[in-house]
Amino acid sequence: MADDVRAMSAELARDPASLVFLRLGEALRLRGQVEAAAKVALAGLEHHPNVADAHDLYARVLADAGDLDGAADEWNIALSLEPRHAGAHKGLGFVNFQRGDLDAALDHLELALAADPKDPAVVRALATVREAARQAAERPAAEGASGGAATGVFAGLEGAEDRLLLVDPRGRVLGGGLRTRKGDDVAEEVAAYLAGVSQEADRTARLLELGEWRWILAEGEAGHLHLSVPAAGTLLLLVRDRAVPSGRLAILAARAAEVARRWLQAQSL
Amino acid sequence: MTGGYQAVLDAVTRVRGVRGAMLVAGDDGLVVAESLMEGVKGNAVAALAASLAKRFRRASEAAHCGQPRFLHLQASEGTLLAAPAPSGMLLVVVADADVNVGLARLEMLKAAEAVA
Repeated sequence: MADDVRAMSAELARDPASLVFLRLGEALRLRGQVEAAAKVALAGLEHHPNVADAHDLYARVLADAGDLDGAADEWNIALSLEPRHAGAHKGLGFVNFQRGDLDAALDHLELALAADPKDPAVVRALATVREAARQAAERPAAEGASGGAATGVFAGLEGAEDRLLLVDPRGRVLGGGLRTRKGDDVAEEVAAYLAGVSQEADRTARLLELGEWRWILAEGEAGHLHLSVPAAGTLLLLVRDRAVPSGRLAILAARAAEVARRWLQAQSL
Repeated sequence: MTGGYQAVLDAVTRVRGVRGAMLVAGDDGLVVAESLMEGVKGNAVAALAASLAKRFRRASEAAHCGQPRFLHLQASEGTLLAAPAPSGMLLVVVADADVNVGLARLEMLKAAEAVA
């Protein structure tokens, strides 16, 4: 192993543009030499900024160092270069699992498995995440049956407190929450900007004879916003990472809307 | 209407299910160029689409999701799509409810890039 590292280091010294940095960086990472691996990965990225494997390597180094946000950014870059990159999907599956976003974790791990069906690590990870998702789905029912204290609108759903927001048409928060990745609470601010959207969407749809508007999706540079009307006089905002496909967003939003409707009915009893 | 803008709109309106398209000045919601079906009040739609896009831009930035690249309003009998162009203009498309959004989106993003 040490000889391999020495040989690869020598090859890289002779030809700094060589792709051997990918194997060298990984070898250093596996030996726990995270700083050295980071230097190799960054130097390699300078020569090969458009190589998805290079971003994947640096992402794994960052994840080893505990920088999950940085790792996610690198894996997203890898996917923008190579949308079926198995390593990037696997990595984002891991990051989302760590963040508690089981839906996104499942999405990425399933894509990783599709790209590399024989990877045993992905198969194991999928089993773990599916079990966690099953337990999460059972939790609210059990809490409800035992008169538990879960009082949040979206209790039991992924992102219940930080990526699902229920607001009224005047921009006031009714439930849920919205936080940035750094943890800053932005619920009130975002709710205020959404005030009036419903009326404008109504008027636009009426002018164009489009019928009743159902939802609006905004694809952002770093994340997506999905806005819908779960019940009259309310707006439901769902925020997810940009890697989550828009079709998946619609499914998540429909699930959250159903939960919101039940909660609103309970409030009016 | 300049030939350049017309070509941009034509590329988008060729997608099956697209009823019409227009370029809107993002700041004030005024129509710059349009290729809409008869009877559609272009100026009113442009103003509302620009206002919607502005609200979502603010909300998206506040949520740390960055600037929106694409907006999709789905209604029971139709669809409104919008793509901000780097120039500050907004490309707005009116389409059938069952339009191939993936294809329309691709053409719109290409067209938005092409708007000087």
